[in-house]
Amino acid sequence: MSKIHVTTTINGDEVEFLCDPRETMLDVLRDRLGLTGAKEGCGTGDCGACSVTVDDRLVCSCLMLGAEAEGKEIATVEGIATEEKLHPLQKRFIEYAALQCGVCTPGILVAAKNLLERNPDPTETEVRYWLAGNLCRCTGYDKIIRAVMDTAAEMREAS
Amino acid sequence: MALDSQKTDGFKQVGTRPDRPDGVDKVTGRARFGADMTAPGMLWGAIVRSPHAHARIVKIDTSKAEAMDGVKAVVTRADFSTSVAPARGMRGEMWNTLENVMAGETALYDGHAVAAVAATSALAARDAMKAIEVEYEVLPHVTDVDKAMAEDAPVIRADTAEASVPEGMHPNVVRYHESGHGDLGAGFAEADLVVEEHFVTEATHQGYIEPHACLATLGGDGKGELWCCTQGHWNVQKVCAALLDLETSQLRVTASEIGGGFGGKTTVFIEPVALALSRKANKPVKVVMTRSEVFRASGPTASTSMDIRIGMKKDGTITAASGVFRCQGGAFPGAPMEFTAMCAFAPYNLKNVSQIGYDVMTNRPKQAAYRAPGSPMAAFAVESVIDELCNKLDLDTIDTRLKNASKEGTQASFGPKWDRIGLVETLEAAKAHPHYSEPLKPGQGRGISCGFWFNHGGETAVSLALSEDGTAQLAVGTPDIGGSRASMAMMAAEELGIPYENVRCTVVDTASLGYNEISHGSRVTYASGLATIKAARDAVKKLCARAAAKWGIPEDAVKWEDGCAVPSGPNAGEHDPMPLAKITAKMGATGGPIVGHFEATPEGAGVSFATHIVDAEVDQETGKTSVSRYTVVQDAGKAIHPTYVEGQFQGGAAQGIGWALNEEYVYGDDGRLQNATFLDYRIPVASDLPMIDTVIVEVPNPGHPYGVRGVGETSICPPLAAIANAVSNAAGVRLTQLPMSPPRILRALGTHD
Repeated sequence: MSKIHVTTTINGDEVEFLCDPRETMLDVLRDRLGLTGAKEGCGTGDCGACSVTVDDRLVCSCLMLGAEAEGKEIATVEGIATEEKLHPLQKRFIEYAALQCGVCTPGILVAAKNLLERNPDPTETEVRYWLAGNLCRCTGYDKIIRAVMDTAAEMREAS
Repeated sequence: MALDSQKTDGFKQVGTRPDRPDGVDKVTGRARFGADMTAPGMLWGAIVRSPHAHARIVKIDTSKAEAMDGVKAVVTRADFSTSVAPARGMRGEMWNTLENVMAGETALYDGHAVAAVAATSALAARDAMKAIEVEYEVLPHVTDVDKAMAEDAPVIRADTAEASVPEGMHPNVVRYHESGHGDLGAGFAEADLVVEEHFVTEATHQGYIEPHACLATLGGDGKGELWCCTQGHWNVQKVCAALLDLETSQLRVTASEIGGGFGGKTTVFIEPVALALSRKANKPVKVVMTRSEVFRASGPTASTSMDIRIGMKKDGTITAASGVFRCQGGAFPGAPMEFTAMCAFAPYNLKNVSQIGYDVMTNRPKQAAYRAPGSPMAAFAVESVIDELCNKLDLDTIDTRLKNASKEGTQASFGPKWDRIGLVETLEAAKAHPHYSEPLKPGQGRGISCGFWFNHGGETAVSLALSEDGTAQLAVGTPDIGGSRASMAMMAAEELGIPYENVRCTVVDTASLGYNEISHGSRVTYASGLATIKAARDAVKKLCARAAAKWGIPEDAVKWEDGCAVPSGPNAGEHDPMPLAKITAKMGATGGPIVGHFEATPEGAGVSFATHIVDAEVDQETGKTSVSRYTVVQDAGKAIHPTYVEGQFQGGAAQGIGWALNEEYVYGDDGRLQNATFLDYRIPVASDLPMIDTVIVEVPNPGHPYGVRGVGETSICPPLAAIANAVSNAAGVRLTQLPMSPPRILRALGTHD
């Protein structure tokens, strides 16, 4: 089967790749582009470890075909920090131990950042429901929710 | 000597909350987990799995697959060791593991591996996997523990039972445990009330978010490299070498970052298969499980059927207690029934107690350890009966537990006398917590439970090398499953008297240290921590010797203070303190590299107890349970990094909430697993849970230089019972089966009318 040529933008950089029509965006990111920050926890859109944004919309990259990236703007965990500077969410996640094993963390950070861009002052319930599609098996979510809430407060003060 | 005495206060590092060394990697996507590694010329592997619960493998035809473009190797059982022999019970564990990794004559459960293929892409491997034709002769199956013990149950494998199994039991009962003391008859006769109840728990999966993944390279020369996500890479090395007839030392295993394990990554599944494929193809092979494979073919915990009987006086004194614990652990021996039995009554000081355990085989995947294996189910059964007794005798649930609590010097239900333990302290802290006295809202119920886990020491080796600039490289061999690199660096910094940031702790490969047992048994902060402290003290001794030589005084006239060698004693003379960096700067010329190390099998892992408080509400119409408040109180001995200790407490509680309310392996009549996805096997999500309060109790463990007790596992022991008690008190009816899913709760409410 012939491959499809795709031109897209990932974390602000133009990227070209060839992919099999059956390959998911997650397969492309991880196995063709070396962007292994997004993780495959389930492959069925249930765990959120592969979360990326496509034109600012939060999606599970395992549910999207690589070919669908044509002309889109994709953002992954690798693009959250700017040069040497961590995003306030990233700093707070480390400080609060909002991660233990860290495998769900890339997806949760992408999802949380997307939430704060839409809603800079979410309630605890809003944070919990926004992140309900991102499974974490280590933390019980307590420290994750606190990290997101406190980062939101910090970013509101800074802006 | 002062170096070996226990230090319990005056810490500079211990008890602080520094950032973890792997933090930046993990928030930027840089951290490399099992599936994140590649190698030049790498192939992808895929595994063919049985669609039947029990079937004889008549024929495997690989010819079509082998003829496909890009296919480089196909393996079956014939490509593994023929020298590993079966044996009864756990003595046959190496053969059991081999048989589980790749079926021989019979597929023993839905998902059992029967063949594997390696091809040039993941898609090509998946296509080739589908082209492998396996002919099966379907056999009768059994997946339920009680049915597997019944007379007419199909035999999973004859001649597997250990000699200890009583005569006349079904051949599926393969191991037996009994322990206890006193006179049960006399004890029950003394009771004012005896409650007897039957309990059932379903199998649950550890549910780590990272599926098993590895990258294997093995040449015809018997030399291999393996990268994998595992809780114990020395064990992987040992087992893979045996299963593939390799020399252990010729296989170097590197542990990747690990995306959760909770016991489920303490064994091997795909690693020997990837190595076998690599050997045959003579190329590196990567194998990554799908989520469905994780559920169907990696180890869940045991399901149980239990009978508990407890007698109590009106004043709350327990007069006698007995339990029978039947655990199924899949198609192999190993269900942790002895732990279930031994943990069941451990919190209580009992004159008359008996516990009996049965390890039962069924056509399910081989169970693997899951956080305090066996203990949570026992606590569910026993603590439910204690709650029922307290309700019926109108007693306070914490006071009653305090009245019967195990303490230093009392005899454990399973035999030994307790050393210093902290159960009473957790109960007192729970009683004093505002949660316990907060009035309940209408429709809410409150549940209390204690929980116990042994904790473990195990073989441990650590090396600490000092650099010329006065910083330290700490090499440990226990994969970091909860922030342990930070804790290790803190303990090393504490001993050396240098900043935390000046210690870099790395989990090194199997070629770099002596054997390190798996990161299991809540042993890492205890055992690798102890080894780190001793390795640092070894380095300090060497540093002092260098200073003594420089000053021309005896070695014992130098002591270590705040990161400096200082003269000490009447004959030491006057010398300025010599900082660590000043000694290491010259170490090449004063005797060579300074490295501290420690190798031993520490045996002083202190046990840990916990008490949990839960408030729950039950929707009488839908049967849905909401956990409205949760408090964990647990003895940590000494919390090295309190934030990570809290994290263990919260994580264990959350997993327990899932086990209690939602999670279960659901089998159809055909013996196939019906819910092998995260959609249908529902672990708690953020919107299911409340904040989880924690109280860290610190009753020092006499077996650790700082008093550390393992904390990872005990946290999952009380939740099942605490939630069941809360739900039962809210619903007004005793729930005796887990999970307490809405249909089960509705059924229970129906029978209550």
